[in-house]
This record gives sequence, C-alpha cells and structure tokens, in this order.
Amino acid sequence: MTALDFSTTLGNAWFPAPTFTASGCASSGRELSQFFDITTMGGVVTKSVMLKARNGRATPRMAETPSGMLNSIGLQGPGIDAFLAKDVPYLVEQKARIIISIAGETIEEYSTLARKLRSVSGISAIEVNISCPNVENRGLVFACDPEASRRVIDGVRRTIGGELPIIAKLSPDVTDLVSIARGVVDAGADGLALINTVLGMVINLDTMRPHLGGKTGGLSGPAIKPIAVRAVYQVHAEMPQVPILGMGGISSGRDALEMIAAGASGVSIGTASFGNPTAIVSIQNELRDLLIAKGFTSLRQAIGYAHRPESE
Amino acid sequence: MAGINKSAAQIRANVVSNKRVGQYHQLIINIGDLAQTCRPGNFAAINVGGENSRMILRRAFAISRVSANSVSGGTMELIVAPHGQGSKWLCARGEGAILDIVVPLGTAFGIPTEPVQVLLVGGGYGSAPLFGLAEVLNAKGCRVDMLLGASTASKIYAPMEGKRAVNSLRIYTEDGSMGQSGRVTEPIAGLIADLNIAVIYSCGPMAMLSAIDEITRGTDVIHQCAVEESMACGIGICMTCVLPVADQDGNISMLRSCIDGPVMDGSFVQWDKVGKAL
Repeated sequence: MTALDFSTTLGNAWFPAPTFTASGCASSGRELSQFFDITTMGGVVTKSVMLKARNGRATPRMAETPSGMLNSIGLQGPGIDAFLAKDVPYLVEQKARIIISIAGETIEEYSTLARKLRSVSGISAIEVNISCPNVENRGLVFACDPEASRRVIDGVRRTIGGELPIIAKLSPDVTDLVSIARGVVDAGADGLALINTVLGMVINLDTMRPHLGGKTGGLSGPAIKPIAVRAVYQVHAEMPQVPILGMGGISSGRDALEMIAAGASGVSIGTASFGNPTAIVSIQNELRDLLIAKGFTSLRQAIGYAHRPESE
Repeated sequence: MAGINKSAAQIRANVVSNKRVGQYHQLIINIGDLAQTCRPGNFAAINVGGENSRMILRRAFAISRVSANSVSGGTMELIVAPHGQGSKWLCARGEGAILDIVVPLGTAFGIPTEPVQVLLVGGGYGSAPLFGLAEVLNAKGCRVDMLLGASTASKIYAPMEGKRAVNSLRIYTEDGSMGQSGRVTEPIAGLIADLNIAVIYSCGPMAMLSAIDEITRGTDVIHQCAVEESMACGIGICMTCVLPVADQDGNISMLRSCIDGPVMDGSFVQWDKVGKAL
C-alpha cells in the first residue's frame, strides 16, 4: 500500500484528515456518531451558536431544488452557555477534534462569545460565521460589508488572544470576495471558510407565494459546487498562504479533490450528510484513493495544485 | 432533548414486493434483523432517484407494519402515495430492487401497560401505521376502535386483514363516496363519552391532529399523534422539521419531528403556533 500523509493544518491546528462537517449540518455531532466513528474525520464543525437561545424561523424551513436545497433555519440553537455545558463535553469525551462556530447579531456579541470560549479546553479552532443568510435583517450579514467583517474579526482576535486559530466563514453573495477575504485576514483571521449558502427563493405554485416561512433561504448542495470551487480558487490565487476550509456541494471524493486543487486545505461536508449519513466516510475514502491514484504522497501536495504554472 | 433512535442503521435493502392498492402502493422491503427493532410510529428514510439523481434528499415514510419472521427475513411494509417525484420513483421499484434505507427512525406510539379502551384515528394513507399499532394494542388486551377519514373513497386505506385486530371500524369521506359523509373528527367527542376512551392514537394531516387536540383538551384522554413536517435528513441534523412544543413547565421550543417525534403528546404541541416564528 502506498503511504499517504492525509493530514492537514488550519492555522496552528493539526488534523489527521482534511474532512470536516459543515457548520449547521451536523448539529453537535451526536446524531452522526450513530452511523460512524466521528473521530475518523478531521473534525466536527458545530452548528453556529449565538449568545442566547434562539428559536429560529417559522416552518416551512426547507425546499428541495434541482441538485440542491434551500434552508431557512435562522440559527436555532441553545445559546452558548447551554451549548458549552451539554454539547461540547460530549465531543470532548468522544475525543473528536472540534471547531466551534459562533454567530452574533452585533460586533460586541461576537467578542462576548469569544470570551466565553477562551477558557474552554479541547477546542482546535473557532469558526466565526459572519455570513448566515437567514437572519431577519440582511444588514446583519457582516460578510457583505468589508468594514463590518473586519471589525468582527478584529474584536474576536483581540478577545481570544493569539492561540486559537480563527476561521472566518464568508458569503459568496458579494461582488468582490477577495477584498473581503483580505480584510478579515488583515484583521487577524488565520483561515477562511468558503462558502456559506447562496441566497435563493422558491415560489410555491399552490399558494403562489414564497414557499419558505422566511421567504428566502440558503441554497446548498451540488448545485452550488462550481460557485464554491471558483470562490476558493480566486481567494487562493491572491492569498496562497491563507488556509481555506472549502465547502459547497461536496458529495464525492472527486468533488473534494476539485476543492483541494482549487486551494482548500480541508473540506466541509454538509448537505451530502442529509442525503447520506455516512457521506463523510465515503468522501474521505474516495479522496484518499484518488490522491494515491494520482501519485500524491501527501494531501498537502495537492492543495492549490490547479494553480501550478503552465510549464509543470 | 431526545436523542436519535438507538437502533437506527443505514442499510441496502431488497424490495420483496410492490403491489398497487387503490391509489397507494404497498411495498414490502427486506430489512433483516432491524425489523425486530421497529415499533409502531417509527419511520424509514429512503434515498430516491438512483445514484445520479438531482433529488438529493431522503424521503421519510411511516412504517405501517413489520414482520420479524417472514420467509425472506425480517420485512417492513410501507404504504406510499405516488405524489411527488421521489415517491413516484419509489412506487416504480419492482421486486428485487435495492434501496438505501435508514431505519428505524423517530419515536414510537406509547403502549398502555394495562388493557384500556383506545381509539385510533387515521386520515388518508396516514391510517397505514395504525393497523400495525392495532395488532400490538389488541395483543395487550386493549379494545381498539378505529375511525378512518379522507376526502374521497379512493383515498381510504383499509386493508381487509388489518381489520382483524379492530373491534369496530367507521369510515368517513367528505364527499360521501364511502362510509358516512363528513369529517372523521365529528364522532370523536361522542365516542370518548360512550366508550370511556383512555387514549387516542392519530396519524394524518396536521389539521386533523389539531382538531383532535381541541376535542381532547381539558379531558383525561391522552392524545398520541404522529406529526408530519417536511424534513431534509430524518436523522436530526438539519433542523428543518421543527414544531413548537411545550415542556412540563410550559416553556415552548422548536423540537425536531424526526427525533422528538413523529409520535408526540398532542397536548404539548402548540398547534396554533405551527408555521409561525416563536
């Protein structure tokens, strides 16, 4: 058997595999562990948690679309205190590697959340979700505003200090993604999570109104994969030193390898797990086989491989 | 907060048979030893459309009945209405077709520890899981009476053999094409009084479940209902199938119908808040 170094890093955090759950697509990992050993993947990215408990949006929250789905959850969750008391200890006990995703309504809320995480042990990194599309006020999508994005990350960086890697999750629904990415990296982000869902809508032809309770929702699944690959490629081209957690419609090892070749250091799997609880396991195995078949001896060699000079 | 059904597993399973029954299809699927872990009320989540399908989400179906000792190994029966693209694909699977299934999922109907009088109320093909439930209740010594309703005769699902475990069966159609004319909820209040009903088990459209809750509210009758919300995953990770449900202290939260349901205590479901933001 050919030896393959499958490990990856995001900032100073090391992971034995480049495969992760996507925030909001695995709750806190407990349910998926019914189907496979969650310690075999790179890590669990937990559902974005806010300061206070939140009920989220009205139903219907879901609409299947061609090769994709719209969701409109609205960051339902238990709030940071209950999350740290109930969900994190379970993951720590399982010895899963954990990336905690946080979301706030204000710049201060992100800093407060970061303060609560400072003393929590067993966490590999923090994902700062500044791009959830399912909030009442679109003005709250910090990642659509370069200055607001920068200020959120700056606040989290100052609060957390220099140790835990910060990964900023960005939206593809912007004109100039690279400039937003550059802003958050300058403000202290160690890595980027690309991409969040794409804002979409379905009209219900029985009611002749928007189908979702929240009217708009986030589009995910294979339908958005080319958008995600493009986003990762564009950002990696400008900032090759910044690690990217790539996501958006990955449902096979081939999809994962595309994302890695575009410049991702790791991949998150979200919607694919809805259709197949063991999707992450298959993707991981397929990716490993593909890398070996293509002659790579480490995952790291394949990161950004699509950017190599014409002569190679 | 409840956890995922501890028996849930992902399997590749064979279709043993697929028969048309009126407007529905009866699928018998070989699920082996998992049949022993299925309880009335549990559901199965099935991949549809084949490998390169543009339908990426599983479809959830209530398990209507299981047979642990059939010749082909343990089997489960599903009653499927070919409504949408996914269920049409499933209804077109013949004997020997292989399906990717996650089963059993969700909560089950609670079975009384003592033989009591129970009433089963089904709407449309929501009646399917009630026949398997009736057999379990009957074996416990409960007296089982059943009401089935639908808009029209062709939408009533009431197999001959299913009636064995039932003391009485009354059918209601809104257009009067079968049984009595009217809604299935109309006789419930009277039956509660006449038959000293302890538990109502219901499965069908949300409006029917809500109407039954209105009748049982303020009485001692326990209402166990199997709810229906559109879901993306069926395994508790997508948070789309939520319903507003109160806890013992009256605090309302959005619970996942795939994990905390589909069978819920109807008196805790906040029917007037379904489909609204809390």
